[in-house]
Amino acid sequence: MTLTMDKPTYVYVSYILTTPEKVWQAITDAQLSASFWHRSNVSDWQVGSTWTHGFKDKPADLIGKVLEADPPKRLVLTWASPANVDNPDRVSIVAFDIARMGEKVRLTMTHSELTPQGYKDVSEAWPAVLSNMKTLLETGGVIPDAFGGIHG
Amino acid sequence: MTDDMDRVFKALADASRRRLLDDLYREPGQTLGALASRLAMTRQAVSQHLAVLEAANLVATVKRGREKLHYLNPVPIHEVHARWIAKFERPRLDALAALKSRLEGDESNDPDDG
Repeated sequence: MTLTMDKPTYVYVSYILTTPEKVWQAITDAQLSASFWHRSNVSDWQVGSTWTHGFKDKPADLIGKVLEADPPKRLVLTWASPANVDNPDRVSIVAFDIARMGEKVRLTMTHSELTPQGYKDVSEAWPAVLSNMKTLLETGGVIPDAFGGIHG
Repeated sequence: MTDDMDRVFKALADASRRRLLDDLYREPGQTLGALASRLAMTRQAVSQHLAVLEAANLVATVKRGREKLHYLNPVPIHEVHARWIAKFERPRLDALAALKSRLEGDESNDPDDG
């Protein structure tokens, strides 16, 4: 976290028995992200580039810009629904910090500048995303039911 | 991994620590001082409970200037849920939890994903 950033709304941490490179790949690879998030994260992951989060060929559910990219340690993205992408009040910020801790990786996800509605929307999704990513990276499989009711 | 889950269950097996988590759910990003005054506990007691919760990864912290902000981290609870509940009877349990909270009128029993 930088000191200038507003108080984050959510801070979620997962300890995963894997490498920082694999966590980075899980977040940024279209196919891998789809396997635990049920949506693909697509971008060239260069600072200033657009990234999208969407189901296969359908229009993206989320769109944003890459604010920081320091593989495999830190990725910061803006985060908005396509309808709100040009409305600064409705654009939130997601930061992934990936740190090696002995034989594990500590993945810290901070979600900042959320509106009250956004707060409600993401509170249920993140624990499932992070716990499903852990299952994928540690066992090679995912728990299908972990997404029941979250992405419909 | 078993050690991790042991820590989660031990951390949750204490009413004061569960109250701390409830309060962080209500208001994320609180300082030690804020938590101590809201829950009428000594700073020392809160500090010890937070250390147990942090070791279990149920509380995540962020440093902001000289302050340390505390957040409820529900990821380990989700892992417990995914392992023992989600794969079995999720729809029926959700219905039961909703019924229980409606009958008891107890907002703390609202299912998180309701």
